[in-house]
Amino acid sequence: MRRVVGSNYATSHAVMRARVEVIAAYPITPQTQMVEHIAKFINDGIMDCEYINVESEHSAISAVIASQAAGVRSFTSTASQGLALMHELLFSAGGLRLPIVMGVVNRSVGSTGGIWVEYNDSMPQRDCGWLQMYVETNQEVHDMILQAYKIAEDKRVLLPIMICSDGFILSHTVEPVELAEQEEVDEFLPKYEARHSYLDPKDPIASGIVTPREYRQEFAYQIHRAMLEAKDVIGEVNRDFADKFGRDHSGLIETEFVEDAEVILLTLGTVTSTARGVVRELRKKGKKAGLVKVRAFRPYPAERIAEVCKDARAVGVYDRSVSFGVGGPHYLEVRNALFDSDVPVIDFIGGLGGRDVAEADVRSMYDVLLEAAKSGKAKRNIEWVNTRGVVLG
Amino acid sequence: MRLKLKDLPEENIFSSGHTACAGCGAAMAIRNIAKVLGKEIIIYVPASCLSVFNGLFPSCAWTVPYHHTVFENTGAAISGLSRAMKRKGLDNVTVVGIAGDGGTADIGLQALSGAAERNEDVIYICYDNEAYMNTGVQRSGATPHGASTTTTPVGKLTKGKQDFKKDIPLIMMAHSVPYVATASVSFPLDLINKVKKAKETKGFRYLQVYAPCVPGWGYEQSKTVELGKLAVECGMWFLLECENGRLKINREPKMNNLETYLKMQGRFRHMDEKQIAELQESIERKWEFYKGYAELTQRLYGGSEASV
Ligand SMILES: Cc1ncc(C[n+]2csc(CCOP(=O)(O)OP(=O)(O)O)c2C)c(N)n1
Ligand code: SF4
Ligand SMILES: [Mg+2]
Repeated sequence: MRRVVGSNYATSHAVMRARVEVIAAYPITPQTQMVEHIAKFINDGIMDCEYINVESEHSAISAVIASQAAGVRSFTSTASQGLALMHELLFSAGGLRLPIVMGVVNRSVGSTGGIWVEYNDSMPQRDCGWLQMYVETNQEVHDMILQAYKIAEDKRVLLPIMICSDGFILSHTVEPVELAEQEEVDEFLPKYEARHSYLDPKDPIASGIVTPREYRQEFAYQIHRAMLEAKDVIGEVNRDFADKFGRDHSGLIETEFVEDAEVILLTLGTVTSTARGVVRELRKKGKKAGLVKVRAFRPYPAERIAEVCKDARAVGVYDRSVSFGVGGPHYLEVRNALFDSDVPVIDFIGGLGGRDVAEADVRSMYDVLLEAAKSGKAKRNIEWVNTRGVVLG
Repeated sequence: MRLKLKDLPEENIFSSGHTACAGCGAAMAIRNIAKVLGKEIIIYVPASCLSVFNGLFPSCAWTVPYHHTVFENTGAAISGLSRAMKRKGLDNVTVVGIAGDGGTADIGLQALSGAAERNEDVIYICYDNEAYMNTGVQRSGATPHGASTTTTPVGKLTKGKQDFKKDIPLIMMAHSVPYVATASVSFPLDLINKVKKAKETKGFRYLQVYAPCVPGWGYEQSKTVELGKLAVECGMWFLLECENGRLKINREPKMNNLETYLKMQGRFRHMDEKQIAELQESIERKWEFYKGYAELTQRLYGGSEASV
């Protein structure tokens, strides 16, 4: 069924189709409509699910960790301050290997910030043992919620996953979205059978018991291994999904014009759409520009990035978050991926607090990259795009 | 039918081999509570002495499913467990959270209040040892007036806790949940019958159990039961039961011997006459309040007996 909807509706609809059985969530702009849509689906009798109207995000994540630990497919969603409030429990979800899916509608967190998109809510959560995928369109949000359960529940993974979407740019913009039918989803996503974590008096287990130093390290190592395995699983699930639904989101990364590209810009989220226009325009002018949309931030597809960028003469990284005094979190990943390459890698920090990243901004990023490709050197490694008091390049 | 101690099964649900201190009031109470609850339960424990003394990986004293994540989320975690049981069609399974007084009165109060407001089908048990014992005896909202803890020490300026004990049972009664009760490790018959009643009730049930702590209170390990009895006698703890809004006092305190109770414990040893008088006054006011509250709620919600 094709409908013109925002990403919060697309997500809620996919959650219903995934036959999620326990949801606990708390409203926060720009995610609020998600809790409202789901409450309405349940009240209209079209969704059969336990919905816990908790009193905070801390309780939302606590409740879904418990229900998922008990062996029931669970969902929550949040943004910004709500995700920060959940932080403590994110480690428990990862540590207990619970395949919870969370919709994160990205928004800046803390002072001085407002209600608009920035990745300083989700990116600081990267070490909690959750997979993180970033999306570009409302269709992709919808599709990734369905894929997320299949990825997270795969026995090679068994880790929670966040599907991160740009606040307002996606949540409050309507687009035509193909909403999956129940039969199709049932064929794609089987009913969840808990094999490792269930709380059943017939077969008692201890979930989350305090673990002394003799054992903790091996648990951590297994999470690391599962995160690495998830790279294959993300690709496999994408192919399954493409076969079933005819929409291919190309797994860990998606590329445009990278084969012979001299300069490559790596983006995340909706800025990709803007960059697609710019890179096409540059190609028309004969400039060898390429674009990589990075979809997975955890696990980070370092090998794929290294392979794609191996012949480039300059690589740019778009960051919508800052690790102060160092650079963008995405930039650090790319530097790590390209550690044995001597091409200039330049970080472009911009769009913080929801500031628009316009075509002109992306063009200026490519200008800096083309310049660096010529000289073989970056003037500066960390560039602040469209920032008062800063001159680029 | 009222349970007798001999009705409890020989077999432990909370088994021996746990690592609580000798004489731990909480461990004794929990052992009996678990026997009444039986095997068809799921236990959630937040960070607390219990989360440590119930065993560390790979051992566990619980013979029933056990879940633990953090300190302040008991109300929310048991909500999630209870809803999951509903989805699985396991209506016979009772979901039980067992938290300390710190995890209940302070950091976990919000999640507790939310779960109570939603009238989740769970039992929440607070074992009240009147301080943060796991981290080495710091004050909690449930620490009584005058008690010295490592964060309300006896110093030049003040001696012991200056504030008064937070009345969590009363806060829970204000949530209009089906069952709120207080009990004590020293009155096992009263305790096990309250657990039984809680188990047979639907909806949100709250039980706060007085549980003396040997190192935290500073007394001889053989005196746990005696101390708990004295507490109820002198009015430092009341045995109450509030069913569907109607409060019943299970045992009339004598409201005497406060000094004997205080003198038995290191945490109160510094208290002078003035401080003791302040404390005495506060518990007498509390007692008057509860008598009046029982009368009033019986008038409002029906029923006649003012005590058992
Ligand atoms: C968020 C958080 N803050 C602090 C702690 C440290 N902590 C663990 S248990 C505890 C005190 C527990 O007190 P109480 O709930 O009364 O249980 P008791 O130890 O007395 O049995 C504290 C402060 C923690 N685990 N988590
Ligand atoms: S410190 Fe107190 S509560 Fe903790 S195990 Fe020892 S006696 Fe029990
Ligand atoms: Mg305590």
